[in-house]
Amino acid sequence: MSEYIHVLIMLVLAAATAGGMLVATSLIGPKKSFIDKMEPFECGESPIVSPKLRFSVKFYLVALFFVIFDIEAVYAYPWAVLFKELGLFGFIEMMIFLTILAIGLIYVWRRGALEWDR
Amino acid sequence: MVADLIESVAKIVFIFSINLGFFAPILGWVERKQSAVMQDRIGANRANIGKFTIIGLFHPIADAVKVLTKEDFVPAGANKFFHTLAPFICLVPAIATFSVIPFGGQYELFGHHVNLVIADLDVGILFVFALTSLATFGVVLAGWSSRSNWSLLGGLRASAQMLSYEVAMGLAIIGIIMVFGTLKLSEIGAMQENFLHWGIFIQPLGFILFFTCAVAENKRVPFDVPEAESELVAGYFTEYSGLKFVMFWMSEFLEIVTISGILTTLFLGAWHIPFVTDAMLLSFFQFAGPNGATILAMLVNIATFFAKVIFFIWLQMTIRWTLPRFRYDQVMRLCWKMILPLSLINISITGLVLLLWIK
Repeated sequence: MSEYIHVLIMLVLAAATAGGMLVATSLIGPKKSFIDKMEPFECGESPIVSPKLRFSVKFYLVALFFVIFDIEAVYAYPWAVLFKELGLFGFIEMMIFLTILAIGLIYVWRRGALEWDR
Repeated sequence: MVADLIESVAKIVFIFSINLGFFAPILGWVERKQSAVMQDRIGANRANIGKFTIIGLFHPIADAVKVLTKEDFVPAGANKFFHTLAPFICLVPAIATFSVIPFGGQYELFGHHVNLVIADLDVGILFVFALTSLATFGVVLAGWSSRSNWSLLGGLRASAQMLSYEVAMGLAIIGIIMVFGTLKLSEIGAMQENFLHWGIFIQPLGFILFFTCAVAENKRVPFDVPEAESELVAGYFTEYSGLKFVMFWMSEFLEIVTISGILTTLFLGAWHIPFVTDAMLLSFFQFAGPNGATILAMLVNIATFFAKVIFFIWLQMTIRWTLPRFRYDQVMRLCWKMILPLSLINISITGLVLLLWIK
């Protein structure tokens, strides 16, 4: 348990450092605002397109794949730690699991969900 | 109890000062100087105090003074709260992750047990993954809250890229966990005392896969599409200035240091010198008495660890200035169609070999 207190101390110190930098940058430095300057950067032009437009569905797909594959990777961790004790039984079990994972990957691949230039 | 307290404070102060006081400022200079050397330029050499320039080492100080006096700019229409929160979320995990990485072994000093890691967690590697994935939120928030087209595109690219490479990174490392049978980084380090048991010899494919994923997760060249300066100005931190900009920049450098530390611990024998065991080191320093020998061995181990970390930093900087940037579809294809299947194959082969080895 005491090990986690050290992590907490590190997190608090890191937060203090980051917070201190945020406070410092808001206190020091000039503050002059006029309308043209406050515009978002657009290579010297006025922005004509709002950034809040629709974007490609591919990004949602990647987020979905992430959830699926990352959870399956998390299942593999306890298995990997105990691998030497589980022996052949554990290996065969995991190969079945990985085969299902690989079938999922092949399905996604064949459906073209991993192609970015289409 | 008092000795425990002194040990903890000393370790935290040491890691804090070496990361924030040495690596974070010096890496900016290293990057400029190395690019200059590799491109046959003179490089950063103008900042001076009087006549002294000491190969441009005053530049980090000059940069610090410069960014401190810059205006804290928030564009009109941006979400001010999230715009401020984003660099905070990026920097805090970057500083805190190093707390689970062992920078030395375990020693008996004046009858007190010294373990040279700030927090020796049983779930060390998982903790590292948990914290590094928090940085994704900071990057995506920065891109979304700036209300700039460049920032949003950079944030989107970063989100998909970092998520993808997180999966691949998690799977690439399973092979080495199977071999060592633990997630505790100090135990993994201790198991690599024998030179031939270093992770890089046991898991060469795992090393290459993990190194690639780590560079991509860190958004470094050749995977720096989220901040591609020739396409997206500066990507997700286009609208940041002053110390907020520095916070993104610092978190990137600290992530390089952390990744190098993890690579050293998992694959390059942690704090061990090749062909030198802990016992040999202690007997070599016997002239200094039992406690003196332990202190000297400790210092040598810490120096070895950081030498290896600096080697990995140099390697990443060299890659940075050698390779051109990948296209975005190439980055994603490399992850899902190359690294992911290869890491699954790596797990199967590792399991098969281990099974036959034990039998």
